[in-house]
Amino acid sequence: MAARITTDDVAHVARLARLELTDEELVLYTEQLAGILAHADDVASLDTAGVPATAHPLPLQNVLRDDVVRPSIDRDEVLAAAPAVEDRRFRVPAILGEAP
Amino acid sequence: MTTAQQIADAVRAGERSASEVLEEHLAVIDEREGDVHAFNLVMRDEARAAAVAVDAGDRTGALAGVPVALKDNLCTRGIPTTCSSRILEGWRPPYDATVVARLAAAGAVFVGKTNLDEFAMGSSTENSAFGPTRNPHDLDRVPGGSSGGSAAAVAAGFAPLALGSDTGGSIRQPAALCGVVGLKPTYGLVSRYGLVAFASSLDQIGPFAATVADAALLLEVIAGHDPLDSTSLDRPLPPLVSGLGDGVEGLRVGVLTELVHAEGIAPDVRRRVEAAAEALADAGAKVDEASVPAASFGLSAYYLIAPAEASSNLARYDGVRYGLRVDAENTAEMNAATRTAGFGPEVKRRIMLGTYALSAGYYDAYYGKAQQVRTLIIRDFAAAYDSFDVLLCPTSPTTAFRLGDKTADPMSMYLNDVCTIPSNLAGDPAISVPFGAGDDGLPVGVQLLGPALSEGTLLRTAAVLEGALR
Repeated sequence: MAARITTDDVAHVARLARLELTDEELVLYTEQLAGILAHADDVASLDTAGVPATAHPLPLQNVLRDDVVRPSIDRDEVLAAAPAVEDRRFRVPAILGEAP
Repeated sequence: MTTAQQIADAVRAGERSASEVLEEHLAVIDEREGDVHAFNLVMRDEARAAAVAVDAGDRTGALAGVPVALKDNLCTRGIPTTCSSRILEGWRPPYDATVVARLAAAGAVFVGKTNLDEFAMGSSTENSAFGPTRNPHDLDRVPGGSSGGSAAAVAAGFAPLALGSDTGGSIRQPAALCGVVGLKPTYGLVSRYGLVAFASSLDQIGPFAATVADAALLLEVIAGHDPLDSTSLDRPLPPLVSGLGDGVEGLRVGVLTELVHAEGIAPDVRRRVEAAAEALADAGAKVDEASVPAASFGLSAYYLIAPAEASSNLARYDGVRYGLRVDAENTAEMNAATRTAGFGPEVKRRIMLGTYALSAGYYDAYYGKAQQVRTLIIRDFAAAYDSFDVLLCPTSPTTAFRLGDKTADPMSMYLNDVCTIPSNLAGDPAISVPFGAGDDGLPVGVQLLGPALSEGTLLRTAAVLEGALR
């Protein structure tokens, strides 16, 4: 059984997930996630020694198609949906603190 | 009520025009959509053009002229696809989902994009950024979720057919609560190409219909191998419509004890499952009690696995390539500002839960453990299918609950999925079929589960239950 999730844990995962939380949200989400994880403790405490993990219901590996050139989605149509575009590329704000 | 099959037959025979059929359905939408709110978008102009093309003989196929509603997490080229999220509001996909392309090739007439819980995360359609859908049987009640708009659209007569997606019960539970048929196919039977991903190892697209035969008809059109989905099964499609009348003589039916007696199953729902068992026995099935012990752990395992996959899948909403962008000084701040403004509370909750379950120090205790439990569930189902052809249990613990009843406590909402989740974890098919009403007069659905690719067996068993009610 894992230790109860704390507000520090939730602040950490919110940062990892690129989500900003208010102080009130932090408290509320911590309480709700603790409730959900308490329910998950019956799984966490189950003896599963030697049981392989299942990541996927189908035993598929390395599904490959023939290496044939075919048309792909229209570039202009894709770019038309982007919030900002420049020179037929996606435009984003500064990444490393360099001058924009 | 006119079935999809009747519409298709009449249009094909020239007895009715597709335009006339469409206008009848648009009139029902005009009358009730203001109350029900099944749709994020009613595609009047596109639908009228499609119906005209059918009537001109330019579009033919198994569903020519049949109105179909699409869950708004299925990509439609040039038509807004929102997932009921602010983060995708206004986005027009540059391609069609494979199921959309297959339906179009079969002559279907798309009437609209249906409401859902944001990114299909929820069991009531109350998590939509665009407001809840209401249950056509009682407007104070939820339609279930996450495919609540699709279930309500069929129940209200807005379209005889609709598509939904089912990750933990999102087709079957709303089907049960709205009194319609809903089927989650075997994982891989229907291409997921163009289905906006929630939890990729669990998601499947499937049919809603008012009758079992119509559900079979729709599934036959959308099923089949697709090179654009690497998890698509490359096997011959089992026959669906042709065997519908074969009955259940000698069929081994197991009443799934762990789910019939699971936490929160209402007595009136349990009585309908018992009545269904009797109806199948009366029709010649051999009915006995079945056990899938690990199914009891399904809910807990699911609420670790599905959020973990979601936290990864939803990383793509970063304000760069499509959808919402909230500008900021640098890209990292822009990503966070966009996601904070664009996602609703349930989506944030699941992203954080999944991120936590995958994070260093907790991976083994939570995500790793849940994946092992998934193996146990698969093994226990396989053992049960040595003795049984079909398993029977409730679809949803209760009939439709009131709007607002479960929104404050996420865990109470999650418990709705206790009977539907095990099939998603196992990758097996399951169907919910209406079987009478609860004490409150609202519809009850019973659920039939089977091994991979047993859709034909599930559909003919459901057809027997449907017939027993008449």
